[in-house]
Amino acid sequence: MSLVPILILAVPGVLGLVAFFGRGPRLLRGCLLGGAAAHAALVASLWSGSAGRGIHTMPGLGVDALGLLFLSLASLLFLATSLHALGELAPDTTSRGTADARFVACLLWFLASMSLVVLSQHFAVMWAAVEATTLASAPLIFHHHRREALEAAWKYLVLCSVGIAIALLGTFFLGIAASSVPGQTPHLSLPALLSLAGGLSHRWLEAAFVLALVGYGTKLGLVPLHSWLPDAHSQAPSPVSALLSGALLNCALLAVLRFYQVLVAAGDGAFARPLLLVLGFLSIGVAAALMVGQRDYKRLLAYSSVENMGVVVVGCALTGPAVYAGLLHAVNHSLCKAALFLLAGNVLRRYGTTAAGGVTGVVRRLPATGVLLAVAMLAIGGSPPFGPFISEFSIFSAAVAGPSPGLGVLFVGLLGVGFLGMAGVMLPMLQGVPPAREVTPEAPRTLLAPLLLLAAVLALGLVIPAALDQHLRAAAVALQEAR
Amino acid sequence: MTAWTDLGLLGVIVTDLFVLSTTRIGACIRALTIQGILLAVLPPLLHGGPGTSGQLVITALVTLLIKAVVIPRLLSRAMRDAEVRREAQPFVSMHLSGLLGVSLVAFAFWVGRALRLPIAVASDLILPVSLATFFVGFLVLVSRRKAITQVVGFLMLENGVFLFGLCLTRALPFVVELAVLLDVLVGVFVMGIMIHHIRQEFDHLDTFELASLKE
Repeated sequence: MSLVPILILAVPGVLGLVAFFGRGPRLLRGCLLGGAAAHAALVASLWSGSAGRGIHTMPGLGVDALGLLFLSLASLLFLATSLHALGELAPDTTSRGTADARFVACLLWFLASMSLVVLSQHFAVMWAAVEATTLASAPLIFHHHRREALEAAWKYLVLCSVGIAIALLGTFFLGIAASSVPGQTPHLSLPALLSLAGGLSHRWLEAAFVLALVGYGTKLGLVPLHSWLPDAHSQAPSPVSALLSGALLNCALLAVLRFYQVLVAAGDGAFARPLLLVLGFLSIGVAAALMVGQRDYKRLLAYSSVENMGVVVVGCALTGPAVYAGLLHAVNHSLCKAALFLLAGNVLRRYGTTAAGGVTGVVRRLPATGVLLAVAMLAIGGSPPFGPFISEFSIFSAAVAGPSPGLGVLFVGLLGVGFLGMAGVMLPMLQGVPPAREVTPEAPRTLLAPLLLLAAVLALGLVIPAALDQHLRAAAVALQEAR
Repeated sequence: MTAWTDLGLLGVIVTDLFVLSTTRIGACIRALTIQGILLAVLPPLLHGGPGTSGQLVITALVTLLIKAVVIPRLLSRAMRDAEVRREAQPFVSMHLSGLLGVSLVAFAFWVGRALRLPIAVASDLILPVSLATFFVGFLVLVSRRKAITQVVGFLMLENGVFLFGLCLTRALPFVVELAVLLDVLVGVFVMGIMIHHIRQEFDHLDTFELASLKE
């Protein structure tokens, strides 16, 4: 029995209320930074517990290895982006006080709802939390009230709400599958379902998984359900894009993996794997193709997120060491993509356009941002010695060693296309002569978070810390049949 | 008891088809209100008995408040704000969408018959009616172009899932049931705010015109 999970939900939730009803720029800044720091500290305290054993607080809430992994990512990214989020607030808060209060409140509620997704051990609680993440993040996308942002937010809200309604149907199907166990009342709690798994009705379980994959897959941005994602992730203010790509996609992934976990426990993983593989490869392929010649550099990053989520899904669907690598890739992608979006925000702030054609000479005009951007591009593209290289290479070698080596070749080929697409768009932006205009020094505040995130990505490419390794192993075990 | 619940479920189907057949947005909102009332009344009719629990009554009252009072009010206010009364040129003609709607209802009844629930359900009609509402809501969502009508479609789709949940209310803890309702309410609220901003920025509510973001 531990109170920490409850505090993890309550702190950002309550501070969000304070920010919403309170006024004054200093209060807002305090709420945001304080909430981020307190949340990170609370999450860090959970790591002292041993992996995989799980902490259960109250019915429906708890921490397991898989949840803790994604919770830590969300918390870390929120802390990293909160410094940049302050930059989105109006300099003189007299004019836009209410809009800023709403922005900070929604950010904190977004954090609270993401925490609830990963802490929930009950499918209905998880569903309500995923829906809450959509509602809290939609207002963040159109913070600046630009037309395109409104359009993107509307698409996001409507498509994801529909997807989530389908996921609720899937959740109910799961309840029906559970009620086929004789002498049991219908149950939707994860531990109960896992312990009953052997007796679940396979037909209903499979139907539930398909609906959940379509529903939560929409939120996860799997091709062909991705149409809203490049719009929302590219139109949102950059710190919000970083959170949407780095933290929220993981939450949606977790929702799919929870269903997969029950299927695996029921001995029905063979039904789910081909579906995951098809959607995963489609996502990698289509996203890589759309990255080639992309004209908007934030859209480029958004498509790269679709591609990388495809990589994670493929990793989880190929059994064996690939599952571990897939989860490791989720970690790498989150850190890397958050850094990329924050750096893209620096570029956008200086050049005032998201058109790749309108940006040249970043390395000369913004030396630090330019160099970090080049490093981040190499890292996300999977070149050594960065983390994504390790995770992608492990997935490749697991696929080649598996029953169908062709998949591994296809995997590497598609990733190559994606890397060339990204380099083809970003290198011309970095090189060349900048438009001769003012040269103001870069604020250290805008460089610290990307620098630290990329340092972490580099570190993960060199050595995986023992604690992380232990949690990744425990999480990978939960996603595979015992053998 | 079954006669009453069946009557209520048939009422849900009637409201589904009514929304499909009208271009007046005000009428759509009224139909949605009636559907909300039916959805609030059905759980006590299905599961209630002499020992009706307090939770069942509270859920029914909250459902009534949210689905039949607050949400219709939010929608009506958005409609007045935006000064739209009618759905103009839906993507699919009204005759065709009516036809599609009837076939979707027929399809839902066929599927509902084919699916065999492993649990005893109070009425055979729940499954087909919930699927029909889900399908028709989806049709409204994709075939209409005004933002408000799309919200109506989304709410019908959600109502369909809600009805399906009646098959297994015992699986959902009381608190979660309230959270699901609250989510829908906040969802409509956020959509209302966005409709307001879309109206201000674009001077219309035609989502078909929201098409500047493309590959």
